[in-house]
Amino acid sequence: MINKAGRDIPEEILQVTGKEIFQGIYYKDGIEFQKQGPVTKVVMNHDTSKMVDSIHEALVKCGAHDGMTLGFHHHFREGDLIVNMVMHEVHKMGIRDVTICASSLGKAHDELLPYIEDGTITGIESSGVRGKIGEAISRGKLKGLAIMRSHGGRVRAIQTGETVIDISFIGAPTCDDYGNCRGIGGKSDCGVLSYSFVDGNHANKVVAVTDCLVPFPNYPAHIAMTKVDYVCVVDAIGNPEKIATGAAKPTTDVRKLLMADYCTKVVVNAPYFKEGFSYQTGVGGASIASTVLLMRIMEERGIRMGFGVGGLTKAMCDLLDKGLVNCLLDTQDFDLDAVRSVKNPRHFRISAGAYANPFNKGAFVNKLDYVILAALEVDVKFNCNVVVGSDGIITGAQGGHPDTAAGAKCTIVITPLLQGRIPAICTDVTTVTTPGECVDVVVTDYGVAINPLRQDLIEAMKDVDDIPFRTIEELRDRAYQITGEPERVQFGDRVVGIIESRDGTIMDVVREIKDFTLEE
Amino acid sequence: MKICKSAVAGSLESSDAMVTVEPLEEGIEVAVDSVVMHQFGKRIHQVVRETLHNLEVESGKVSIVDKGALDCTLKARVECAVYRSNDVTGNLPWGGAIR
Amino acid sequence: MIHPDKKRLRRSMMFLNAQKPGLIKDPYIYGADSIILDLEDAVAENQKDAARYSLYHALKEIDYQGTERVVRINGLDTPYWKEDIRACVAGGADSIRIAKTESAQDVHIVEEHVLAAEREFGRAEGSTLLMAALESCRGVLSALEICESSGRLFGIALSGGDYSKDLQAAITGTGVELAGARQHMMIAARAARVQCFDTVFTDLDDMEGFEKEVEMIRKMGFDGKSIVNPRQIAIVHKIFTPTPKEIVFSEKVVREIDEKKAQGIGVFTVDGKMIDIAFYAGARRVLELAKASGVYKGDM
Repeated sequence: MINKAGRDIPEEILQVTGKEIFQGIYYKDGIEFQKQGPVTKVVMNHDTSKMVDSIHEALVKCGAHDGMTLGFHHHFREGDLIVNMVMHEVHKMGIRDVTICASSLGKAHDELLPYIEDGTITGIESSGVRGKIGEAISRGKLKGLAIMRSHGGRVRAIQTGETVIDISFIGAPTCDDYGNCRGIGGKSDCGVLSYSFVDGNHANKVVAVTDCLVPFPNYPAHIAMTKVDYVCVVDAIGNPEKIATGAAKPTTDVRKLLMADYCTKVVVNAPYFKEGFSYQTGVGGASIASTVLLMRIMEERGIRMGFGVGGLTKAMCDLLDKGLVNCLLDTQDFDLDAVRSVKNPRHFRISAGAYANPFNKGAFVNKLDYVILAALEVDVKFNCNVVVGSDGIITGAQGGHPDTAAGAKCTIVITPLLQGRIPAICTDVTTVTTPGECVDVVVTDYGVAINPLRQDLIEAMKDVDDIPFRTIEELRDRAYQITGEPERVQFGDRVVGIIESRDGTIMDVVREIKDFTLEE
Repeated sequence: MKICKSAVAGSLESSDAMVTVEPLEEGIEVAVDSVVMHQFGKRIHQVVRETLHNLEVESGKVSIVDKGALDCTLKARVECAVYRSNDVTGNLPWGGAIR
Repeated sequence: MIHPDKKRLRRSMMFLNAQKPGLIKDPYIYGADSIILDLEDAVAENQKDAARYSLYHALKEIDYQGTERVVRINGLDTPYWKEDIRACVAGGADSIRIAKTESAQDVHIVEEHVLAAEREFGRAEGSTLLMAALESCRGVLSALEICESSGRLFGIALSGGDYSKDLQAAITGTGVELAGARQHMMIAARAARVQCFDTVFTDLDDMEGFEKEVEMIRKMGFDGKSIVNPRQIAIVHKIFTPTPKEIVFSEKVVREIDEKKAQGIGVFTVDGKMIDIAFYAGARRVLELAKASGVYKGDM
């Protein structure tokens, strides 16, 4: 069946998952549902200790069993140690058919590959799957269907009961003996624990894993003790040095600075650039450079930002330090400067649900004016691919991409026209992550395209003469003229994963890759 | 032209291609290993064969390790390897066999 | 025949290694006025042949969007320059940069081979321009004869590094060791009515020092600067582009001179400055430069 993003979703996938096809970003707006609660084991006896000596003991006490679903956060990004730690133990115990429901997985989890191959892990639900896990899924090694969700979508899936988490392991930089967790104050800080909030509220068992036990009460708690079953102390929960994956210094790459310049000009010429505007940006060199340029213009014109949200980096925290933004809402820290900024009184922590869950009474993304995003590919209908690489292998993550794009009044995607020989602007993306109806502006080094659905933005920019405006087709044609028109990636028939839309419908499917064959 | 001996041109840097030519009794064999195999593998084969045809090479083995080279670079590297295999560096047919 | 592009805007001339496919595929994106595809110093001895094929196909197949394509060929003291010229001309290069030019004779030799190549490859005779790089004391001293040696020659450029070695002077960073060469070349170029370009600045971390040097050479009268990295382009263009104040003043000068000439008045003041007919050409040049730089919004 063809969905509203133009993608064909096979009938049997709809049957196997029980899901509908994507029918527009506001298809589910206004529905009502009954939230699902966890099975809660009560602790009344004041002699009961929550301390366990090892991950093994925690798994046993939590009733770990074949077919269970485990929850994890990825606040340590490439420095995460928790998922591997737990899965090694699960494997040792001979438990099989486990589903990992992580907020994201990365190259830090490459060592789990053997567990996928031997059937210990048969299900993966994640925002992204980089590295060897992504490749394994693309090669059909995962027995079950991989489900790729956005940050908001994960919260929705858990709250509706679509996914039930048996045990959630929360890597907590500090924790007391009763389970009050905080993201700062320890020896390996990650700043916030936003992704684990929904686990705390809905997982049947919650285990806090810390490398820094602190006196009770560890308040204000980021995850409260009333939601935690057990506390386990280990040597190390994660490496904060690996949180930052972007460049440490601001970029000097002229191409990125060029795109940053165009992006900033789009922001200041759009009708939302006024006192109190809201803004979100990512970690790419161009995105950060654009924020720095924007900061200068804000200083010149005396315009303050109302709030900044995300995914926070130094660039956003600098705005707070300079009094140029009223407050920051933090869902994840992308570098150590952002982690340090968490203690600033105007730097507020928010849960992933408050940030982006489409199935609550209104998340922060709905109040966003601008979001600056990246993409692997954008097609002429403005659909974005953030998950599947140019070789057909799952390599990226949805993150908050579809959530913010759906919510923001002005969604800007920055991408260089060419990524090596691959045109980033193409006729059809390999897989759709974010539908074109919510992508407003595409900024490349060769020019800027505004979505024809946004005649208001086109009108607002008509007198701007220092941005090279092009149609998206012109950008695609330019790319193809330089590189030659690419053939489509060859896939096999078997569907190995689904790209779930934030509302639970199916945006696209990912098929097994096929080795390239030259048809003579 | 004949491929008289083994010769190499190009590099493994991004956007380049490393082309190795070797003599072969009969026929042309082209082996391509590319970072953009799906999207451009077919085109790379085409460009290589066309270039060999323009140079009037009738037999030889060509191996390409491609790192995303554009057509103009592929042609240049194949031509360079073929001419190197003949130890020819001067009086080249620009605009003729090389086009 | 005066080639139409002989006097084109050349504020920035960016060097690119013709052997590096990643760099030459879309350099126009950086907005330099000219790009210099290098077959000489950037290319290793054993890759001189490879660079030619890359150059030829790049010239033929890549759309440089109107940016001038200059090719720096190998010196006349090498075995490479003759084939370099054939590849350049066949490929359609706009201009050829002659390294280590010492005399008018050097230019004549190159011109002879360029003409032969234009005939061989069916290009319009005279369509390939030339520029000469002066890299030695003898070259600098011969500046005037070099500038006047050929109708194809649009300008001369200083190669400061090699020149200061030849001069046996230390590289000071103040530019004092280059002062003589810069001034001499500037005077010669203006006498011959051709353009003059300054040498490269290689310290990319010292953007302040770079900016000071560009300001200085602009004041000395240079038409542009050779650059080694796209990061340097913005500064060069900023300094070589007339400011709105300069443009407004020049418009006034031109208008007033036109008016006053009709009334028979030879000397008068504009904004408190004494102006006579001699200022006309300079003011017109400012407006032309402003137009070429894309900043002129007036109607003169």
